[in-house]
Amino acid sequence: MLIGDRKQQSYEPRIVAFLCNWCAYAGADLAGTQRLSYPPNVRVIRLMCSGRVDPGFIIEAFLEGADGVIVAGCHPGECHYEHGNRLAERRMTTLQHLLGFIGIEQARVRLAWVSAAEGRKFAQLIETTVEEVRALGPFQQFPRRAP
Amino acid sequence: MNNRVGVFICHCGKNIARTVDVEALRKEAAGLPGVEWAEDDMYLCSDPGQQLIRERIAEQNLDAVVVAACSPTLHTTTFRRAVESAGVNPFRLEIANIREQCSWVHPGTAETTHKAAALVRSGVEKARRTQPLEPIHVGLQRAVVVIGGGVAGIQAALDIAEAGYPVHLVEQGPNLGGRMAQLSETFPTLDCSSCILTPKMVEVSHHPLVTIHTLAEVTDVEGSIGNFQVRIRQQPRYVIAEGCTGCGDCVPACPQVVPGEFDRGLGARKAIYIPFPQAVPFTYTLDREHCLNQGPLIICDRCAQACEPRAIDFDQQPSEELVEAGAIVLATGCDTLPLSHFREYGHDRHPDVIDGLMFERLLSASGPTHGEIRRPSDHRVPKSIAFVQCAGSRDPERGKAYCSQICCMYTAKHALLYHHAVPDGKVYIFYIDIRAGGKGYEEFVERVRAEDGINYIRGKVAKLIPKDGKLEVWGVDTLLGEQVKVEVDLVVLATALVPSQGIQELARVARVAIDGDGFLSEAHPKLRPVESQTRGIYLAGTAQGPRDISATVAHAAGAASKVLGLFSHDELVEEPTIARVNEALCRGCSFCVSVCPYDAISLHEGTAHVNETLCRGCGACTPACFAAALGPRGFEDDQILAQIRALAC
Ligand code: FES
Repeated sequence: MLIGDRKQQSYEPRIVAFLCNWCAYAGADLAGTQRLSYPPNVRVIRLMCSGRVDPGFIIEAFLEGADGVIVAGCHPGECHYEHGNRLAERRMTTLQHLLGFIGIEQARVRLAWVSAAEGRKFAQLIETTVEEVRALGPFQQFPRRAP
Repeated sequence: MNNRVGVFICHCGKNIARTVDVEALRKEAAGLPGVEWAEDDMYLCSDPGQQLIRERIAEQNLDAVVVAACSPTLHTTTFRRAVESAGVNPFRLEIANIREQCSWVHPGTAETTHKAAALVRSGVEKARRTQPLEPIHVGLQRAVVVIGGGVAGIQAALDIAEAGYPVHLVEQGPNLGGRMAQLSETFPTLDCSSCILTPKMVEVSHHPLVTIHTLAEVTDVEGSIGNFQVRIRQQPRYVIAEGCTGCGDCVPACPQVVPGEFDRGLGARKAIYIPFPQAVPFTYTLDREHCLNQGPLIICDRCAQACEPRAIDFDQQPSEELVEAGAIVLATGCDTLPLSHFREYGHDRHPDVIDGLMFERLLSASGPTHGEIRRPSDHRVPKSIAFVQCAGSRDPERGKAYCSQICCMYTAKHALLYHHAVPDGKVYIFYIDIRAGGKGYEEFVERVRAEDGINYIRGKVAKLIPKDGKLEVWGVDTLLGEQVKVEVDLVVLATALVPSQGIQELARVARVAIDGDGFLSEAHPKLRPVESQTRGIYLAGTAQGPRDISATVAHAAGAASKVLGLFSHDELVEEPTIARVNEALCRGCSFCVSVCPYDAISLHEGTAHVNETLCRGCGACTPACFAAALGPRGFEDDQILAQIRALAC
């Protein structure tokens, strides 16, 4: 089997995570430095700030086959760029309202604050998200794009 | 698109290779679209590892590189240098984090290798879409505007001027000196405040590189780090500085007597005046607000008649000057909470309730009583004084939640100086705790406490009741659990330090942040205490928060050294990873303008324009743009979408 093929037999949720460089990504690194363990279902895209996350990215991730999406940034008031995470929060709240219309369960999209010191919180975030998305089953509402 | 990508996979000893099948990963990578070469190595960050990358770039004619190794926070610079030295633009390097975020957190199963492959694929997809970027070089104006002419501003100005750079020192009042000039003696050494400040004022005023603007305000700040344009508005002094010899002949001629601000209303001055004898510049000021000549009509010219050098000019007008500066230091100092704030202590009803700064004026040899402590109501020497510490400090309900840092110390000093002057006088000091954290401070307080006749009473004062020319102080002694009632001649409140007036307006103009208490916010409370949150603008002294003189001077010196660090470069070299506007697509809706945390975007003729020194590349503007007309270099939409495709499937 080629690496990159999804196993069809047993469902393993695929989670795409957008992490801000300064807090959430550093928290994910810390989880590694502390040798914590969490499920390998998550794939990280590093951005400078959670304020960079376009709600369109999240839809795109589902179109491309993701079963869940995480957006994580610095805690409120601690964004490296003053208020990027507040913008992210606003955009995500709006998106959450729209998700139902386009057939995506709200629980598949999660916004979280993870500081650079919160390796454990990051690991737990992945763990609970993977479990919840696993319980929801594979995301199949959108037709798969031809590769 | 770059189609000659090289992928280099690091084993990191066994750190990666233990759980990731590096060989399978390499094979997978080699087959990815756009990948020309894939190779693995034991330690890519080592010299031989970097050499390997350089050689392959040359041999295989690679145009972009993906390094699959540890977190990009660790070795981005290392690998950027390596690829750059082999001729690949450093911004065409991508790092796939397969250690911290893969091999270290997952077990040695196929899924882990699978994830590593996805991360490499994502890196390759991004690397294929990277553009060569060049650092942005910006010119640097090596001059500084220091706002505030107290000890902080003077210190910063002197340090910077001594290093050879021009300084504009802007002071709102008629003279330099700030709060420190008002003080009598300083704790814990009891040095005379003027004696240590005056030489500094003189030095800064004579420094060939320092231009002093008194009676001046900064009304506008444009530009950004390295290139600010600062507008200084000069109020008229009505006395020609070059003409005034400081003889003071005008003063007896002036018929108008007004309370002196410098003496906190305890003394009087004329409408033409100099606030204190050591004032710098030593130039008289005509206070037109209190002058008989209101408006253009001159009905009294007695000062002008008395002025031999003919230095008085009733027609002076405000003027403005635009100054170019690479950096700005904000040293605007502090005020104290006004006595009118303390209704329960009744200053409005009793003149013998004063604040610490008024007591400083009573102690000062050049003060309204020439250093004799006399109470305001009847000018008698008080035989007893109650000092009330934490008046408004550490009182979140009725005042400020914070500690004002200096009151414990100056109250101890006041008690001691009073005790020296009136040895049989009685002192009661009401306090919550004694905070004496500086060098020699605790020893000083202990010395004061040991004096006979100085009583420290732990507890708060509830109210003050005037009674037969005295003040009855009602309070509690929380150590004894008893009510206390003492009769005193004078009450001195150690009022909380608060930000100086006008700081909000200045903060708005200079686009720096202020904290919940109204002080200027530092960029980081621990690691960047002298930088504001706006690059190129630095903070000095109590404008940032309460502190004593030594801490103020240290803070100011820190701000100056930051400025000098900035000026040690010929030009500013800025990261190129900032937002770029596609002018053909921009529709001028200005949504990006409103979300930018740095005011870095402005509209020019209906098209967004990014200020390259203000933009920090966070990307908040990009999702706000409906026309997809702008994005941060290095994190563009097409790159991220390609990563999503690589990772989601
Ligand atoms: S930098 Fe972390 S959310 Fe903005």
